[in-house]
Amino acid sequence: MNEERLRADLVLEYPFTRTTGPVIGAFMTGLREGIIIGIRRADGTVVVPPLEYDPTSADPLTELVTVGQAGVVESWTWVDPPREQSPWQQPHGLALIHLDGADTPLLHGVLVNSADAMSTGMRVVAKFRAEREGHISDIEGFVPEESVQ
Amino acid sequence: MSEPSQVEIELPAEIRDVEPVQSIRTPIRMTYDYIPSSSAIASLNAYAEKRILGGVSPIDGAVFVPPRGVDPRHGVATTETVDLPDTGHIGSFCVTRLPIPGREDLEIPYVSAWIFLDGADVGFLGLVSGVDTSEVHIGMRVKALWKPDDELGRTAENIVSWIPSGEPSLPFEEAGVRGYRKRSGAKGSDPLA
Repeated sequence: MNEERLRADLVLEYPFTRTTGPVIGAFMTGLREGIIIGIRRADGTVVVPPLEYDPTSADPLTELVTVGQAGVVESWTWVDPPREQSPWQQPHGLALIHLDGADTPLLHGVLVNSADAMSTGMRVVAKFRAEREGHISDIEGFVPEESVQ
Repeated sequence: MSEPSQVEIELPAEIRDVEPVQSIRTPIRMTYDYIPSSSAIASLNAYAEKRILGGVSPIDGAVFVPPRGVDPRHGVATTETVDLPDTGHIGSFCVTRLPIPGREDLEIPYVSAWIFLDGADVGFLGLVSGVDTSEVHIGMRVKALWKPDDELGRTAENIVSWIPSGEPSLPFEEAGVRGYRKRSGAKGSDPLA
């Protein structure tokens, strides 16, 4: 038996396309149009991104609403270095962002140069790409609100 | 509870009159280190010499290819390795008429088949070429089409495809797992059968 050890890089890959349905589709359509959409529950609170069914009662949810493009960082971590398959090639924050008008946080990247620029409670605003196709990456990331004013 | 299809979704004004997004791309990709076992290393080294190895069950002599080092039916290690010929037959097959992303090299339609080598008791997947898809059948005799010698490596990709050898076909009842069943008298409880 040959004792030489071998190794190889293997790749498992599937170029999946999924249909969205009317609710997730509306969220994606909103991103393409440069807005962020949530959905209202029976108690009036708003879930972002929108869900097709209420997470507690399982009732269908139907009232899509536009929420703000800015909000508050609820919690965050610093990613350095990003993994190869990350949407971001530079070190960045990854944060749960409580958007104005929403009652649940959205997970997205915060584009600042160092962890020192991150803090819980900081206000950030979505930075949309110029070219958009209806995908969560239509938002390039969130940036500190004061940096765009 | 109402059916989803009956639910009226109320859209915000901003997107009422634009074309809705109906699908998104969600590709998955994983790169990983493959560290072959000692029996797989022996098999890969043999491939580089245009040889195909099988592992022999110490219980009943059943031959597994490619060799995994075990007889999975009995949970015992295979201790003997045998050289198998690069000839065999088609145990079952599938004609694919739709392209696969990332395999633009495959000309549509193409045939993938379970190849049962002479002397082996299990089949493995291979491409069939050199024959019109309408002529491919269970029991058809095939032989390996190897890459040119200077392109050989320690990989099963050395075998480009399986081409008809021109020999008379096996009867349906003796092809693939049916052949094993007939030879061994195996019943349904035998996972090979």
